[in-house]
Amino acid sequence: MKNKDNQGELWEVFIQSKAGQPYKHAGSVHAYDREMAIDNARDAYTRRGEGTGLWVVKSKEIVAVTPNEEGYFFDPANDKVYRHPTFYEMPEGVKQM
Amino acid sequence: MMKTVLTSPEELLKEFEEKINSEQKIEPLDWMPEEYRNHLIRQISQHAHSEVIGMQPEGNWITRAPSLRSKKILLAKIQDEGGHGLYLYSAAETLGVSRDQFIQWLHKGKAKYASVFNYPALTWADMGAIGWLVDGAAITNQVSLQRTSYGPYSRAMVRICKEESFHQRQGYEIMWKMMQGTKDQQEMAQDALNRWWWPSLMMFGPHDGDSPQSANAMKWKIKRETNDNLRDKFINKTIPQAELIGLKIPDSKLELQEDGTYIHSDINWEEFWKVVNGDGPCNEQRLEHHIKFHNEGEWVREAAIKSGLK
Repeated sequence: MKNKDNQGELWEVFIQSKAGQPYKHAGSVHAYDREMAIDNARDAYTRRGEGTGLWVVKSKEIVAVTPNEEGYFFDPANDKVYRHPTFYEMPEGVKQM
Repeated sequence: MMKTVLTSPEELLKEFEEKINSEQKIEPLDWMPEEYRNHLIRQISQHAHSEVIGMQPEGNWITRAPSLRSKKILLAKIQDEGGHGLYLYSAAETLGVSRDQFIQWLHKGKAKYASVFNYPALTWADMGAIGWLVDGAAITNQVSLQRTSYGPYSRAMVRICKEESFHQRQGYEIMWKMMQGTKDQQEMAQDALNRWWWPSLMMFGPHDGDSPQSANAMKWKIKRETNDNLRDKFINKTIPQAELIGLKIPDSKLELQEDGTYIHSDINWEEFWKVVNGDGPCNEQRLEHHIKFHNEGEWVREAAIKSGLK
């Protein structure tokens, strides 16, 4: 028996649990085209009304930060504390701010 | 521009173990020791194969389910098992092995699946016993595995546990209904319990001292509880369920302790190893069935690739 890689490409599945909510990664499926990917995602991940929305995207199309570069990559955020509301001093008694 | 960080293997291992010790999940692209990766590849693929092979004993009863209600439930349950297999294959694939490879290892006998599925499902009551006991044992194990240290495996377990409780309840309902039925039905239910009780207890694996993989798996939090602990948990909650509907656990040494736990006989380990090593009642049949239908689907996959290329 030959080991043939013929089970289709890998697709990542994202589900929106309720209207207005962000899409969240649920897992992945194998499929040969877009239509089959979305059908498989429905059958595998939403058999119990888990979602109001479904996205599939080919895994290989996702660009990600590798763990090795994590530190450097997110570095620019670390020295800009003034982006957080708690950075600012407020006078005693100020309301609704 | 990317900067490369050079870190020694010792530092990498230290960082890895610190993450594990502080209950952080390990993700697919993170550095991990080869033994950790290999243990996961073996355990998750075995788990996936079990879900898929586990569809066979129940599939055997779809056309003979006693009512439309029970037929629909059985179909939904078997579809779930297929879905669980998919979640788990996906989790296993994140470790760098293709699904074809996993299936090939299964067909060659290099990868195993839960030996409980090598027992035959002889009567309708077996659908009750399998749901109640086999799924019940699987849930006990899977609840604990929700806290496993590998992220994709943990997330698959969370999803599976949400779905499994229906499986156990539908099985128990079958047993309960049969126990309210005729004498023949009651005997059929008791007979199914007699045949499935010990194989269900075997699902938790050998005693921890006899389980060669246990130590690293516990240290790296792939497994969170020992085989014997999980087995005792299952025994302690299942015995009262049996008694409630008038079934008798087939163990003459059973004895209730003051703390609510039970003393019980030891498992027939000779039988366990015999079935694990391929000599159970249905080993050949289960594997041949899988190989046959996998091979017969070859032209579908070939055609699908061609159509997808358009």
